[in-house]
Amino acid sequence: MEFVITTYCKIKNNAIWCNGQKLFSVKEMPASDFLKEAYKFSEMNYPKFHKMDNLSKLGLIAAEICFKNSDLLKNNDPENTAIILSNHSSSLDTDRIHQNSIANKDRYLPSPAIFVYTLPNIVIGEIAIKYKITGENAFLVSDKFDAETLVNYTQQLLKTNMAGAALCGWINYDGSDYEAFIYLVEIQKDSIKSVNFKALNQTIVNQLYQN
Amino acid sequence: MEVFTSYHNIVSPLGFTSEENYDAVLNNNSGLKIQSFGKLNESFCLGSISAEKINSWKKNYIGFEKLSKLELLSIISIQDVLNKSKVSLSDKRTLLIYSTTKGNIDALGSNANPAKAYLSNMANTVGDYFNAANTPLVLSNACISGLLAIIMAKRSIESGQYDTIVVCGGDIISEFTVSGFKSFNALSAEPCKPFDKNRLGINLGEAVATLIVTNNKNLINKDSAQIISGAGANDANHISGPSRTGDGLFHAIKKTIQNQNEEIGFINAHGTATPFNDDMESVAFERSGFSNVPVNSLKGYYGHTLGAAGILETIISVMALNRDQLIYSGGFKEKGLAGNITVIEKNKNKKMNAFLKTASGFGGCNAAALFKKC
Repeated sequence: MEFVITTYCKIKNNAIWCNGQKLFSVKEMPASDFLKEAYKFSEMNYPKFHKMDNLSKLGLIAAEICFKNSDLLKNNDPENTAIILSNHSSSLDTDRIHQNSIANKDRYLPSPAIFVYTLPNIVIGEIAIKYKITGENAFLVSDKFDAETLVNYTQQLLKTNMAGAALCGWINYDGSDYEAFIYLVEIQKDSIKSVNFKALNQTIVNQLYQN
Repeated sequence: MEVFTSYHNIVSPLGFTSEENYDAVLNNNSGLKIQSFGKLNESFCLGSISAEKINSWKKNYIGFEKLSKLELLSIISIQDVLNKSKVSLSDKRTLLIYSTTKGNIDALGSNANPAKAYLSNMANTVGDYFNAANTPLVLSNACISGLLAIIMAKRSIESGQYDTIVVCGGDIISEFTVSGFKSFNALSAEPCKPFDKNRLGINLGEAVATLIVTNNKNLINKDSAQIISGAGANDANHISGPSRTGDGLFHAIKKTIQNQNEEIGFINAHGTATPFNDDMESVAFERSGFSNVPVNSLKGYYGHTLGAAGILETIISVMALNRDQLIYSGGFKEKGLAGNITVIEKNKNKKMNAFLKTASGFGGCNAAALFKKC
């Protein structure tokens, strides 16, 4: 069985790329404003988006761009599709908001709508809900992008039939820094063959991430 | 390839070794205490480790002044397991997987060192203490982190990547988590009562638990179990509300028990004692055909220890399996659940061969794993 990367998306430096092509860019602006512009560009039309924290918003836009340019959801069983994401800052961007809400005895106002986002895997949950994906999940945290662990774990799931397809990558949001790199992995079948697909291995995943 | 659990340790309010913890649980001792906590001087029911006890251990550890509370407790727990097993993290075929939800979240509230709040920073500090050859892998997947870490360890060993994985999980009680769960109205002011009709919510607890997962048969001992299978699934329903149909947990269990014919002696459930979670689990167990399989939750002894929970509860359950003991589901008196299940009402002896462990968490995640005697 051959596992291939069928689509990938990158979001950073005020721009969105898909499969190596720049789809969208705007002038330099604060990260949260960029997310609003990127949401409009994605034409997602998903009211729940506005309730999410920035990490989930970034992950959802990257997933939307990937799925718009992919037949993964058509070709694969949602029960058999895994979501494996990673980052460096966990949910710290939202953790700081919650921490600020409890720092002062006289203004002690923790909010459940914020607290629920103080776990990094909530972005996996949001993607799962939006696209009805019910397979395996994992959220990994590392100092920097770790292609080796991501690729190995995805291959372990695919080789043991614990997944037939996967959405993988890196979603980091930390203050003014943000970066998303999402790629879709499928089992190469005759029905989905394309010269644009790339083999799933560490070298290629690193190349796609860095370029 | 067969993969086993080997030596283990639990650092909790009930003791600093697995044996102390097991004996305490079997004697129905609870680590939960009503105490004042936080700057609002409110009372909470928490399972906290006494500061005096932690201080008395400090002198044994080099450079403890620089260690956070969670780092120190993790090092105490891992050191015990490495001493007993002679496993070394400086071996290239050995990996440390660290499971946590919030890590050093207390670093955010202090001016000390906010860099410590990054989870990989904390895991690297622990790994460096033991001269780890490989960078520790950090898993942060809400309340299934611990069980998922054990499943990942098994998968990773089966793929040939490593021979032995030290799976450690920990979380501390912090004003961060206490205030957050309180804002959710999820905290019970009294000791929690998983699966009971009058359950009111969770108690937060703190613990670190460490379990060796390995393919090395020389590491099998009387407290080992074979990890037969494990799987995860998402509800794709709600980020904080458990699914009413138990779909995700049902599917995680289905994938775990397919092609297996082990008779399941008991299920160690997640059992947080929130009304919705326990209902969800009972529905998933009934749908799986487990209405007559004895079920317990250990949250009544420890509270919810977040990133440690799945590992801590697996260790106690492996010990119970090997001793042929069914452990009373602490805090339970009278059943009041949406699904038909059999909750363990008192300690009992029962010849057993296997047990099922499950976990569910925010983000709609669920996991299950099947363990049997070696």
